Amino acid sequence: MKPLIALRDWVDARLPIMRAWDTHMGKYYAPKNFNFWYFFGVLSLLVLVNQLLTGVWLTMMYNPSAEGAFASVEYIMRDVEYGWLLRLMHSTGASAFFAVVYLHMFRGLMYGSYKKPRELVWIFGMLIYLALMAEGFMGYVLPWGQMSYWGAQVIVSLFGAIPVIGDSLVEWVRGDYLISGITLNRFFALHVVAIPIILLALVVLHLLALHEVGSNNPDGIEIKKNKDANGIPLDGVPFHPYYTVHDLVGIGVFLLVFCFIIFFVPEMGGYFLEYANFEEANALKTPAHIAPVWYYTPYYAMLRATTFSLVFPAKFWGFVIMAAAIAIFFVLPWLDRSPVKSWRYKGWMTKVAIYTFAFTFIFLGYLGAKPADLVVLGIEGKKWAQWFTFVYFAFFILMPFYSKWDKTKPVPERVTS
Amino acid sequence: MKKIIFVFMLALFPMSGMASGGAGVHLDYMKTDHNEESLQRGAKYFANYCMGCHSLKYMRYERIADDLSIPHELMQEHLNFSGRKIGSLMTIAAPEEAQKRWFGAVPPDLSLITRARGGADWLYTYMRTFYKDENRPYGVNNKVFPDVGMPHVMLELQGVQECEKHKDENGHVTVGECDITEPGLMSKKEYDQAVFDLVNFLAYAAEPYKADSHRIGVKVLLYVLLFLFCAILLNREYWKEIH
Repeated sequence: MKPLIALRDWVDARLPIMRAWDTHMGKYYAPKNFNFWYFFGVLSLLVLVNQLLTGVWLTMMYNPSAEGAFASVEYIMRDVEYGWLLRLMHSTGASAFFAVVYLHMFRGLMYGSYKKPRELVWIFGMLIYLALMAEGFMGYVLPWGQMSYWGAQVIVSLFGAIPVIGDSLVEWVRGDYLISGITLNRFFALHVVAIPIILLALVVLHLLALHEVGSNNPDGIEIKKNKDANGIPLDGVPFHPYYTVHDLVGIGVFLLVFCFIIFFVPEMGGYFLEYANFEEANALKTPAHIAPVWYYTPYYAMLRATTFSLVFPAKFWGFVIMAAAIAIFFVLPWLDRSPVKSWRYKGWMTKVAIYTFAFTFIFLGYLGAKPADLVVLGIEGKKWAQWFTFVYFAFFILMPFYSKWDKTKPVPERVTS
Repeated sequence: MKKIIFVFMLALFPMSGMASGGAGVHLDYMKTDHNEESLQRGAKYFANYCMGCHSLKYMRYERIADDLSIPHELMQEHLNFSGRKIGSLMTIAAPEEAQKRWFGAVPPDLSLITRARGGADWLYTYMRTFYKDENRPYGVNNKVFPDVGMPHVMLELQGVQECEKHKDENGHVTVGECDITEPGLMSKKEYDQAVFDLVNFLAYAAEPYKADSHRIGVKVLLYVLLFLFCAILLNREYWKEIH
């Protein structure tokens, strides 16, 4: 033990590891009233590590060429020892990542975690979400199945809707006149090198910004306002050991669900792994129904629902609406004018707005996953998608008004349990 | 807690409702199983009736032999007609150009056919719904895959099947009930079983790791439960002192 302590002190004299530990773990005080919704941050981190580790091993066996990609995935699934497990952990991990990130974001929405002083935490989080979407999209191309190919074809061609430079931009992105092995190669490079680096950097910034201002909580109360004689928040507990052991419980529950999917239903009825993707990419054969994986479908529904052309073609406006739907999240901290953070102390308007928004997002996701000729309750899917795209944006655009008019309840001094 | 369950149900909402079989034809349900005898018979049918034209190019003879308890010598003698080593991939020798000429399209590799079709039902129905149609080059058509280029390779087993045809006012023809008009070597029940075995085998060949996955999965879940139990106790111990 003694030599270990000596080593620690030797390092600490040169690099402040003890201070770093205290700042982020041992003396980082987190509100003691975290609930169920506060598991999804640590779960995102867990899935990130899962993706990085399984990804490294998959890279060892995967062949990023148009001729060999599909076969190498089957080689991993059949001939590599436990290759199927690595691959299914990675493919299920991709869906799990989005699931926990969506729930994490919803938590922020409910408890006003984006509000001052946590605007930057929110913005870094949104950048992570953006990077994750790019990472997921390029990763989905790698197995080189029919859906990989045609999904890439649809999404990349969206850039073609940009006036003047569109066509050359698409060619530049693809590196070819159509999606080809060249495109696959560059997506591989971006998926395994460039974007993971960006993701990791953003995660570090997200956490640094969070630990600077401290965590929010379901009551939306700043625990730093009430401190004891030693300057320790009365409603805070040290992250380690209290929240490390607490998070282990959440991790256990998550792993039960995660492992069940991996070992028993990895395709998840065609939503995690699409059936058409078990057929090798074929540039001459367009699948009857092209749908992205479930986590992009809300935006895909908006894209398909955009049918007006104003100077520019409808595709361009679809692209603009899709981009705006994501971009508008970034300004959320400045749209909310409520004097309180958590919806516990906001009025009925906010509650209705948040429930409506959650339903809208899920319903758009459902529409985006279904064929374009879907009819729901006698009304065609496209009409539904148009209305709900409108509701989606109304949630944000009207927020400055309803958040201001909404009657708030008095916020207690100390956190409730 | 109620709220949480509600949100989870919302999250699962888009999961309900599955992709359809295509062509609008009702597909007969088939539940695959890991019955070794059925899979062995399926392997035999595959080698004898399918592999002349269709490859299983991501699968190896040896893997099948080992997974289905077929001795290597028997595998080489009765199921590997290529003469290649048992560790080889199950590719075929037929040249694609010639195949295109014979059938109008290259017969697809069948390694992943059941997964690509969203399960075994499509193939199980397809293999049982060939019917007599003199307008087609090989004298047969198919209910779930209209105007298919493939001949009915198991005709000698099933016999000739003929179907009612209904014409609607637009001249659009739909295929109705079918019946065997010239019996084959097998009764209807025997033929259904033969197709079941064949499709069961192909479903296995699409995911040969599935049996391993289920076996290991149970152990992993038990381990996670144990972990969760310890984590709950540890958490309770630490949080006792916090009010």
